[in-house]
Amino acid sequence: MTATPHNATNASRTAGIPFLLKTAFINAAIALVLFSLMVGIRTEAGSDGQLTYWTRFGDLAWLVAAVFGGSIVIELLRQWIGPTGAEKLVPASVQSGVSFIGRYLAPALLIFTLLVPVIFYNQRYILDLAILVLTYVMLGWGLNVVVGLAGLLDLGYVAFYAVGAYSYGLLATSFGWSFWICLPLAGILAAFWGVLLGFPVLRLRGDYLAIVTLAFGEIIRLVIINWQSLTGGPNGVSGIPRPTFFGIPLDNSDDGLAAKLGIEYSPTHRIVFLFYLILALALLTNWVTIRLRRLPIGRAWEALREDEVACRALGINTTTTKLTAFATGAMFGGFAGAFFATRQGFISPESFTFQESALVLAIVVLGGMGSQLGVALAALTMIGGFELFRSLESYRMLVFGMAMVLIMIWRPRGIIGHRAPTVYLTKAQAISSDLVKEGHG
Amino acid sequence: MDYFAQQLINGLVLGSIYGLIAIGYTMVYGIVGMINFAHGDVFMIGGFIALITFLILISLGLTAIPVILLVVLLVSMAITALYGWTIERIAYRPLRHSFRLAPMLSAIGMSFVLTNYSQVAQGARVKPIPPVITGGYTLHESADGFVIQLSNIQIIVVITTIVLLAIFTWLVSRTRLGRDMRACEQDQTMAALLGVDVDRTISMTFVIGAALAAVAGLMYLLYYGLVDFFMGFVAGIKAFTAAVLGGIGSLPGAMLGGLAIGLIETFWSAYFSVEYKDVAAFSILIVVLIFMPTGLLGRPEVEKV
Amino acid sequence: MSGQTILTVDGLTMRFGGIVAVQELSFAAERKKITALIGPNGAGKTTVFNCITGFYKPTGGAIRLSHDDGRQIALERLNDFRIAKQAKVARTFQNIRLFPGMTALENLMVAQHNALMLASGFTVLGLIGVPTYRDAEKRAIALATDWLKRINLLDRADDAAGNLAYGDQRRLEIARAMCTEPQLLCLDEPAAGLNARESAALSELLLSIRNELGTSILLIEHDMSVVMEISDHIVVMDHGVKIAQGTPKEVRDDPRVIAAYLGTDEEEAAAVMESGS
Repeated sequence: MTATPHNATNASRTAGIPFLLKTAFINAAIALVLFSLMVGIRTEAGSDGQLTYWTRFGDLAWLVAAVFGGSIVIELLRQWIGPTGAEKLVPASVQSGVSFIGRYLAPALLIFTLLVPVIFYNQRYILDLAILVLTYVMLGWGLNVVVGLAGLLDLGYVAFYAVGAYSYGLLATSFGWSFWICLPLAGILAAFWGVLLGFPVLRLRGDYLAIVTLAFGEIIRLVIINWQSLTGGPNGVSGIPRPTFFGIPLDNSDDGLAAKLGIEYSPTHRIVFLFYLILALALLTNWVTIRLRRLPIGRAWEALREDEVACRALGINTTTTKLTAFATGAMFGGFAGAFFATRQGFISPESFTFQESALVLAIVVLGGMGSQLGVALAALTMIGGFELFRSLESYRMLVFGMAMVLIMIWRPRGIIGHRAPTVYLTKAQAISSDLVKEGHG
Repeated sequence: MDYFAQQLINGLVLGSIYGLIAIGYTMVYGIVGMINFAHGDVFMIGGFIALITFLILISLGLTAIPVILLVVLLVSMAITALYGWTIERIAYRPLRHSFRLAPMLSAIGMSFVLTNYSQVAQGARVKPIPPVITGGYTLHESADGFVIQLSNIQIIVVITTIVLLAIFTWLVSRTRLGRDMRACEQDQTMAALLGVDVDRTISMTFVIGAALAAVAGLMYLLYYGLVDFFMGFVAGIKAFTAAVLGGIGSLPGAMLGGLAIGLIETFWSAYFSVEYKDVAAFSILIVVLIFMPTGLLGRPEVEKV
Repeated sequence: MSGQTILTVDGLTMRFGGIVAVQELSFAAERKKITALIGPNGAGKTTVFNCITGFYKPTGGAIRLSHDDGRQIALERLNDFRIAKQAKVARTFQNIRLFPGMTALENLMVAQHNALMLASGFTVLGLIGVPTYRDAEKRAIALATDWLKRINLLDRADDAAGNLAYGDQRRLEIARAMCTEPQLLCLDEPAAGLNARESAALSELLLSIRNELGTSILLIEHDMSVVMEISDHIVVMDHGVKIAQGTPKEVRDDPRVIAAYLGTDEEEAAAVMESGS
């Protein structure tokens, strides 16, 4: 019980050296057992299919020593900061400050984002990363409607992303339809699938809904993999047309935008165009969501998250209310999918795994359910952070998973812990997230 | 008919493995009310530890298979149980009274950690072992030469499952720990007031769940003769599906759901298409939940107003 | 059926498995009157409420609601949200069910969902921001403000409902139900947990709803001072059946009522006898 003391009684003990060492020893011993076989022994199948193994006791020793040292450091930090360490790291004044700064942070962030292609014009890597971040911002905002506002747990959001991507990919490659026709179609198709799934399952509650949406995400992925004649199976769809500037291609040809404008062609033009395209899509998502929140439908979503029974007693049709939330979220996912397809020029089932759903969900939860700014910041942190660890290669997902655990322990309610009211008489007061429910559907 | 019987046997064996994992999901859900997304990966870790222990014992020159299997079983159960305990301490306990989504996200993060820990530590390639338990019985041979086989490993899987289930049922219904677990399931605050050590009970739930997952991991290793770092995801989702299908929180439900998923998968592969077996399993889950929103054996939710 | 009756419950029976919670219950509630449903704990009052408001489907019997335009609605055939939406029956809950993370004003706005939904052209027109919707929203805010004034919470309009004091939450829940502009208002123990002053304020609020707005009220209540003061008609239940009904005075003097209360809870029986005397 003393190994990793999170409870107050242990943490409030004074920093006795014996206690410190005892804790560290126990933790190191546990680590030794845990890592003994998994790290201490390395197995590998030889060329003849025979399994061989060799020992790595050095690595094991290092790990155990690290746990020993780490335990002491963490324990000291804990005693130094106090029993509620995690809370104290972010004082209340800063927490309320975030929402205050939020009023200025959001416009500042928007202006900076608009200027990104100007500032980083020659840095292709940063532009690509910015496009990626914005894609996840959009996905996060889309899922936020479902999870953050309506309080419905959707673990298969990636399915709608996939539907959008394949809708565009297949329509464009088979019929040669342009991006601007396919984009709304992709959104409509994704919303249609959202309704199709939502209709029977939305009366399920809580974790039952979670597993059904997860199952749906897997079904879509498996069908894409196996329906080879339509989707190309694991090989995916390639040669997806790049978007045009409303009909004018962004290439080196005489009809290209560069030639028409009389400027020298550069491949960066397309990247910049893609950047503003996803920015516009994301901002559209944001605008629609903010507006919807202030309409009766949006208030009904939030009321549904707060108390479904009360909603029914007020004459709100909970089924259609849930369906609209589900379809709206799915539609934004579909838009994002179409953008993804046109940006990559190639799509395959590998891009639409459960990990993607989990990542987007993590962005929404870390953002502080329901907060638009929070979701944007969370997407920036998660995707940006993920990129920072690119050099770690196979350790990247390991670090990412650890970060997810630590972030949840640090801030279970996300970065922005406040809800802004949708209507007010005299003054809009932020509502503490402690009062805000997170739904059970 | 013979083909059918053979598939029935295969399906029951697969279902037993799913059921063993599903029990871990359902136990944790019953007591803590969270989906332990990392449980599938605990099963994978159990398989790896069984594999490594097995290799070491063989290289030490042991030849008595029953002895080897017993040692492998015990070692893998013990170490995997410690994994379960540690995961609960690090990732879930700090979030015990937090918002519902926080522990779920933490669990998904933990699942990523375990998958990639295993990949980093043991490499991405599949680890095969030679068949350990061979032989079996021919139950029936039809005129056209089709034989119904019941292999020894299949017998072992089913018997192990039955024995474990018996022990487990006894544990939950007859022991002090079982009583504490059931009390925590009903009302943790009240249980704590009545002197139940809630922390310890929850820890034990994770330990038992992980130990059962380790057994499933060993069975998987013996039955399929291989493990890999990614097997936890698919098996985990299937087992979780099984737990929900049976009615999450219900122990017989978990086993029933496991068998159902195993049978659906096997029969679908046998009669329709192998590619769509998972689609079939998930679709049936959705259909069952539409008509029985709390699963096959789940308690119907009474809405209090 | 006279035009004066708003609700007729006829032979209502509700079984849960083998348990009969309500058996062959019949009573009527008059328009623009306050009807109270009382009885010892476990008498089946809340079950009756849940049948009337569509949260339970009755095992047998009929529940008729007559609107002031003469329409007759069979409540036992409507389910959940349609009772509030079409039959215009609003209710509150024994354990308060506000939207705690939304402001008091927002709570009252959600109550006007169906009217606003229509005005926003099922979101489409609202998204574009047509003026008719803006006007409708203004009217909705005005109605909400009016109710906040009535329940004395105007200064707390922009506070989260979950942050209000218990008594304020009770009144806000009643205001929220009234914002649906119901024909019949069903209140499940509105005075539970209120102190004497708050109870008095509640009585006043309910009387004003009846007198000024002419809304019919059906209430379950244990606080006999409230029941005896404001009720026009009282129905007494015990063990799922009706044992008495009449004016407060008739009920108070009815030996069967006294026996039912004495048999279960002396304090409540004393309350029945003392209140008013």
